[in-house]
Order: sequence, then structure tokens, then C-alpha cells
Amino acid sequence: MKFNHESIEINSGLMLVLTLLAISIGGLVEIAPLYYIEDTIEKVDGVRPYTPLEQRGRDIYVREGCYTCHSQMIRPFRDEDMRYGHYSLAAESQYDHPFQWGSKRTGPDLARVGGKYSNAWQTQHLNNPRDVVPESIMPSYPWLLKNDLDYSDIDARLRALRTVGVPYSTNDEEYAANVEKFGVEVAEMLDINKAEKNLLAQAQSQNWDGDNTRLTEMDALVAYLQVLGTMVDFTKYDEGYFAEFR
Amino acid sequence: MAHGAVAADTQYNYDIIKKFAIMALVWGVLGMSAGTYIAAELAFPFLNFDIAQITFGRLRPVHTTLVIFGFGGSALFATSYYIVQRTCQTPLISKGLAEFTFWGWQGGILLGVLGYMNGITDGKEYAEFPWYLDIAIAVVWVAYFIVFVGTLRRRSQPHIYVANWFFLAFILATAILHIGRNIAVPVGLFNTSAYGVYSGVQDAMVQWWYGHNAVGFFLTAAFLGMMYYFVPKQAGRPIYSYRLSIIHFWALGFMYMWVGGHHLHWTALPDWTSSLAAAFSILLLLPSWGGMINGIMTLSGAWDKLRTDPIMLFMITALSFYGMSTFEGPMMSLKSVNALSHYTDWTIGHVHSGALGWVAMITFGSFYHLIPRLWETRIWSQSLIYVHFWLATIGIVLYIAAMWVSGIGQGLMLRAFDDYGNLAYTFVETVTFMHWPLVVRMLGGMFFVAGILTMVFNVYMTIRTAKQEQAAIEAKIAAKMAKA
Repeated sequence: MKFNHESIEINSGLMLVLTLLAISIGGLVEIAPLYYIEDTIEKVDGVRPYTPLEQRGRDIYVREGCYTCHSQMIRPFRDEDMRYGHYSLAAESQYDHPFQWGSKRTGPDLARVGGKYSNAWQTQHLNNPRDVVPESIMPSYPWLLKNDLDYSDIDARLRALRTVGVPYSTNDEEYAANVEKFGVEVAEMLDINKAEKNLLAQAQSQNWDGDNTRLTEMDALVAYLQVLGTMVDFTKYDEGYFAEFR
Repeated sequence: MAHGAVAADTQYNYDIIKKFAIMALVWGVLGMSAGTYIAAELAFPFLNFDIAQITFGRLRPVHTTLVIFGFGGSALFATSYYIVQRTCQTPLISKGLAEFTFWGWQGGILLGVLGYMNGITDGKEYAEFPWYLDIAIAVVWVAYFIVFVGTLRRRSQPHIYVANWFFLAFILATAILHIGRNIAVPVGLFNTSAYGVYSGVQDAMVQWWYGHNAVGFFLTAAFLGMMYYFVPKQAGRPIYSYRLSIIHFWALGFMYMWVGGHHLHWTALPDWTSSLAAAFSILLLLPSWGGMINGIMTLSGAWDKLRTDPIMLFMITALSFYGMSTFEGPMMSLKSVNALSHYTDWTIGHVHSGALGWVAMITFGSFYHLIPRLWETRIWSQSLIYVHFWLATIGIVLYIAAMWVSGIGQGLMLRAFDDYGNLAYTFVETVTFMHWPLVVRMLGGMFFVAGILTMVFNVYMTIRTAKQEQAAIEAKIAAKMAKA
């Protein structure tokens, strides 16, 4: 029998298989190599998984849909460099599940917002943005100060993240590996057995939301915002080093 | 009954199609109203009212989910069940399974959007459903696949009609994308949170492989399936070129899967990936326009219908917007254009020229053709279809124009420097600039919502009239029987 397009049109099984073939190739070619080409993620010191408190803050960031208006991905342009800082590295979001690069800037990029404003400014701004930026169109988030932070499932959360590849440690062996990779101080923070203790200690270590007597959702969110973009010390690298990875 | 034709329409399962069609309109009204409301929130932020459930960040996924999966998805279920039965001349293989897809789909959407409002979300654009709903939706989708392919295999003709190729590709691709995007580890069996298996740069690539193909297969291929049935039917002419439909079907299916990376130009995604994606985005213009030409040219020789048939007006306008947005898309995938347009309202305008102009307009046109046939009557008011058409068209034009002004304007302001080489504008100055375009965009949305409300009224009156006619006929028959 001669093979022509009619052969496909009269055979639903054949059409199904050929369609599957046609639609599978693109994704495979573009996604799979990102896992095995070594230069995809820059070799750089300082990037670590989030502490338990920061991770809870990140969960709140995701819950409120901050990504619908804020990106966390600075592009290598002069204006973005002046406005936000050094362009973002792939390494900087390597522990982000899910990534929050965003797709729209109704508000400014937040990839390097950490340390730019004080804790008091962040709290006041989240509580009512127009108190500090009169023209702002961002919603107010007064409930962040009212809601106590729920950290009852912090162990389970870190365990789930560990399952998907974030190096939180559950035993001595993993702990030792973290000490080697990140140093003792960070390795302590990544120990799931001490998650709750670490979370409470970090909450007390600074005056995040202006009231140290209560642990609120605002504490966690401010702790997360204040670490964004601060992990890599760019003064340690030559200009142009990171361009090699692009 | 492989080759026995079905004698009468009554043997087709129209009940399930009616349900999906009505729900498409319900979700359409709710989803488009939600969209207009969040548009208003951006212009007038007091509308957030400090209520967590209705802040922009939580309502935006409600809007996208309701219009894409609620309105679009239900419309696709309705039309694909209609088309597969009509073109294969056989009823759906399983009434029960079809019912299951209806209740499963509607339940998933309802639980999903209520969850978003209460802070239950995966935080992945267009895939915000939590893990347990992801599983439920996958099961519903498998049932859909079985009903559709099962019915297709029972067709009474040897050839599979072209509309069904597109629906088949849409069902397969959506399954792959949905599962591929949502593989995750739940925090606990009774915990709504889960963390996806991908992170950072790989997660970004998977996201836009998913996100852009939700556009490519859910919002394009499937609606082309709708077009390939309803446009020739309404025009009363065969499709312009059979060969063109073959070429553009395979090219579209193959190429779409490559283009998602153009959402990630200039980011930490490696250059090779986004460049490859851009190359395919430009190539994609050809199959996209192949489909548009095939649809529009089907009317050649019968252009006068545009003067007398408002349904045709919807369909041809839809195809024109499809052509326009599939030109704008490849242009925006060029790196130099993207440097300006990315992160701005230009992208939002582009999406809506496709979503309102193409997806919604082809659905409206198809529904005006479909609904009287389902209820075996005529549309209640022909002139209300014209009213709807103009409300919708004015709404889209206001929307897109406002977004061009706001997006290109903001993009230019953000990259402007003063004489000393400093940034000319702060970020918040661009926000102030965008106020009026955002107001106009909101008005555009209101026009579009007014349009679909007109349609809902017209459809309601049509169904009511159909029921009255039915009752009158039954009364007549009963009277005759009594006499005899």
C-alpha cells in the first residue's frame, strides 16, 4: 500500500502516535540539556537554601501572589543595573521551588531588594504601601501583622523540599556535607531536626516587624525579603566572569 | 455499528453539550468580571478594600483560571463533543464517562478558585491548582481522552475530519503539559502545599514550556478545531484548502512546543535556549497564518454574508485577530523588541488580543451557531448578536490600544537617561504615568463584559422560547390525540 497522508487520516492510532511524536521533541530538546550542561548554573559561592523562617516567608510570598506583579529576575541592561543591581544569576534561584522570576513588573523587581530598606520600612510598606509611597497602587496587607505565623508543619515542609533536592539535612552524614559546602553556621540552619528551634531563634534575632513579643506572618515575609539577592558577594568576582556562563 | 449511520439527531448525546455550553457562559461572565475588577484595582487601588480574598495577587489567578479553563475549557468540551459526534456520525461512547468529565471539570474549577482566594496556590502561572486538584484534573482528562478517542474510533466514515485532528492534539498535549508541569512532593497528605520537583532555571523553562503551550494547544489548536467545523458550516462552503490544513496542522503541533523560551529572553536561562525558542517563534508565523488564511478564504465567493450574517462577522473578526496576534507574537519574541516589551503591559495587551479577539470571538460565533441547533429553535434576537459584536469589538480595541500605550510608554520611561547619564524616571513615576491607560483598559473590559451579558440574555430567551415552542407542540399533539 502506498503511504500518503490519507493513511494517517483513516487510522486514529497512527495519528495519535505521530502527533505524540511531533509534540514531544521541542520540550525534550530544550529542557533536558539544562540538567546536564554544566555551565547552565554559574559556579559561585554564597548561595544557600533558605532558613526555616525565610522559607515560611517565601510561602507567604507565593500565597499572596506577589509574583503576579513583581519579578525576581534582573536583566543585563544598564538601566536595570542602575535601578536594581547586578543582573540575576541562575545560581541565585537554584533552591527556589517554585521559581519566582515572574513575568510582569506592575511593581519593581525584587531580586535584590534585600537590605535596601529597613525592616521598619518593609513592615510599614506592606501594612499600607501609601504610607511610604503615596503614588503606589499595591494592595495593603494588614493581616500579615495580625496573623500569627503557623510553623507547625515546618519539619514536613523542609522534608518535602529535601525530597525535591534542596540540601536540608536529616542525619550526621548530610549535616557534615553541608558543613563542608556552606560552613558550620549555615549547616546548623539547614538541620531539619532543629528547624523549629532555628525558626524561633531567627525570629527573635532581629526586630523584624517591630514587635518581638509575637511571631507574625510579617516577621517571616520581611525576613525573606531581606535576604533576597544578598547571598552572592559580587566584589569577589571579575567583571565578565559571569558572562562566560551565558 | 462501525459503518451504520445514525438516522436522527436525537441519538446524539446533546444533553452533555448543553450543560458544558451553559457553564462556559457562566464561567465566562464570572471570569471576565473578575478580570475587569482586577483591572479596576490597578487603576483604583482602594478597591482591594484590605480584604485578603479579593486582593489583586489572589484574584488574578481566579481570573485566568476562570477564563482559560472555565470558559475556554467548557467551550472546548461542548464543541468537541458536538463535533466528534456530528463528524463521526455516532453518539459518544459513554454517557456516564461524559457526565463524569462535566462534574469533575466544574468541581475542579470551583474548588480551585475558592482555594486561590483563601491562599491555596502552587504559585505557578496558569498552573496554580494545588496538588490534589492536579491529580483530580488528570483523572478527568483521561476520561475525556477515552470518551473522545473512543467515539472517534467508532466513526462511520473511514476519514477523520480535520477538526478532530486538532482536538486530538490538544487533548494529548494538555495531558503531557499538565502532568509535566505539576510533578510535586506534597508537604503532607492533609496539607494543601506541595513543592515542585524543578527549581530555578529548569523550573523557569518548564514553566514557559507549559505556559506557552497552554496558549498553543489549549487556546490555539483546540479553537482551530472549533474553527474548522463551525466556519465552513456557517459559511455553507467547504474549507478553502485541504492541503493547507494538513501542512499547518503538523507544523503547528511540532513548532509550538519549541517557543516557550521566548518568555525568558535576557534572563538567567542560557542564551542558546531562548534564541532557539525565538527562531521557532518566527517560523511559527507560517503555520499560524496558514490556519488564518484557510479560515478566512473559506468565505471567498461568499463575502456578502458578512453584510447579512452577524455570526460570520464574529468568526471572520476572530480569524483576523488570530492573524494579528500571531504576527505580534513572533515580533515580540525578537530579543531587541522583547527587551522593551517584557515585564510590561504590552505583553498583557498581546495576550488579550489573542484571548478576547481570537478565543472568545470564535467561541461566541460558534455558540451562536450551536445553541439554536442544540435546543432545536432559532436565535431569539439577531440584532442582539450585532449589539454583542460591536460591544466586544470596541472593548478589545480599547483594551489593546491602552496596553500598547501603557506598556511601550513604561518600557521607554524605564530605560530613559538624563543628560548626566542618570535614570530619568523612578519606578513609581511610570506607575503614575500608567494611570489613564489602566482606566481605559478597565473600560475596555467593561464593554467586553457588557457584550457577553447581552449574549447570556439572548441565549436565555432562546432557550425559554424553545421550551415554550416545545410545550405548544406537545399541547397540540395532545389535543389531536384527544380528538381522535
